[in-house]
Amino acid sequence: MNELLKILEENATLTPEQLSVMLNKETGDIRKQIEEYEKEGVILGYQTLIDWDKTDREYVTAVIEVKIMPQRDRGFDKIAERIYNYPEVKSLYLMSGAFDLCVILEGRTMREVAYFVAQKLATIEFVTSTATHFVLRKYKDKGVIYGAVEEDQRGNLN
Amino acid sequence: MLDYEKIINPVVAKMPPSGIRKFFDLLDTMDDVVGLTVGQPDFVTPWHIREEGIESISTGKTYYTSNAGLLALRREITSYLQRRFSLNYSPEKETVVTVGGSEAIDMAMRAVLAPGDEVIIPEPCFVCYAPLASLCGAVPKPVVTRNEDQFKLKAEDLEKALTPRTKLVVLPYPNNPTGAVMTREDLIPIADLLRDKQIVVLSDEIYCEMTYGFLHTSIASLPGMRERTIIASGFSKAFAMTGWRLGYLCAPEPLAKAILKLHQYAIMCASTASQFAGIEALKNGEEDVRNMVSEYDRRRRYIYNGLHSIGLEAFEPEGAFYIYPDIRPFGLSSAEFCERLLYEYKCAIVPGPAFGACGEGFARISYAYSVKHITEALSRIEAFVKHLRA
Repeated sequence: MNELLKILEENATLTPEQLSVMLNKETGDIRKQIEEYEKEGVILGYQTLIDWDKTDREYVTAVIEVKIMPQRDRGFDKIAERIYNYPEVKSLYLMSGAFDLCVILEGRTMREVAYFVAQKLATIEFVTSTATHFVLRKYKDKGVIYGAVEEDQRGNLN
Repeated sequence: MLDYEKIINPVVAKMPPSGIRKFFDLLDTMDDVVGLTVGQPDFVTPWHIREEGIESISTGKTYYTSNAGLLALRREITSYLQRRFSLNYSPEKETVVTVGGSEAIDMAMRAVLAPGDEVIIPEPCFVCYAPLASLCGAVPKPVVTRNEDQFKLKAEDLEKALTPRTKLVVLPYPNNPTGAVMTREDLIPIADLLRDKQIVVLSDEIYCEMTYGFLHTSIASLPGMRERTIIASGFSKAFAMTGWRLGYLCAPEPLAKAILKLHQYAIMCASTASQFAGIEALKNGEEDVRNMVSEYDRRRRYIYNGLHSIGLEAFEPEGAFYIYPDIRPFGLSSAEFCERLLYEYKCAIVPGPAFGACGEGFARISYAYSVKHITEALSRIEAFVKHLRA
């Protein structure tokens, strides 16, 4: 059923009826499978990709490199948890290489982000350093290229 | 003043304009049409393939290649045909890289056909065969294929059409516009019929990757058929590379040699950038093909099911990316049906007769579109069909 997941990952608006036809399965089975995936946490949610730059919403995105001192027994998880529970944190990854945690943060203004880093992130115990990078432009996200919507320009030849 | 009517070759002057063209000209005058007319992939050429084309240009590979095409590309082509379809051709002596599958068809016909030769063309089919045969002075002999046979070519129909003047049999499968395929079992009686005759098969296999649930069989892989078969194929459909105009043909050496002679005078060689892109496509593009074909397959089921649920009957197509519903129950001609659907419901599908007279009563629907687009088109067709029944 990996095919089902791949299709849904690209387009969550397809209905169980449509999916069942496309995959040659019973609608009931598709429904049940999706429910199971949701129950098992394989499917965690359904969202919409929005290019906020085309709206008047003010926002800023930052990528923050965080170095931490791992705690005995719990490794990075306890600190990660303290960070990801902030709703402003959109993504959090544990990284290999020069730093430990990669935080993707969204705020209304740069000042707001700076405040978050200085007051909340940097003050967490065992966080040894942070480096904040502001996103200037989003070219591609979740496999989708941001920009002009392409028209169908294919010629009617044969 | 030049008398153009006397200047233009009478064969060309008499050539009917492509039936498909007329409908598309009409379509071009209208806005907000949801069309299912396009006969090419909606995917963009995968980036790694595009990049090799770009790279060849930026590093100055702007020369002509050898007439037959880059040897590296010909080697990739023959190795691909070997691993996918168990076909064995020499890259040096039996393979010519062409400007799309279309050039391959044209060159093959010119190399084989002399005035008065007869060419058997199963219909409905792609529009180019009969005009190109006529240009050689040959006589196109359409053979009707039928809905109840799922538009497969039947040996008994072929046999009836054979005469001592028959020189070439076109085998356009997987088929545009019907979506029909010829499996190995379907091909065996055709091969049995042709094996001992002085007849060449032109097998147009441009849709060979678009078969659903089984692997395409080339008639050239059947016993005794390789020596009498010219395979015309290309990159357009499988790799979503229509605009690159890159195709190829494989044929036994004497035929390939004759074709290459023509190709060198007419074309010189296929576009060099396209050839470099083609090498990348065959080397590293198989997963792209698999992904695109799975997507076509899902849409195929979706549109087949959708048409049936609104009462438009079509046999289940197993190849290409077309479905070919039977519209006879509505009592309109194909042209009337398609024009009314276009004018009244702003949805475009192609009238069947564009692909041969026996296409009357049918229409071609392409599913090289997103599911969302197909869904919208289906709802317009449904509204039209309901209106006709009311």
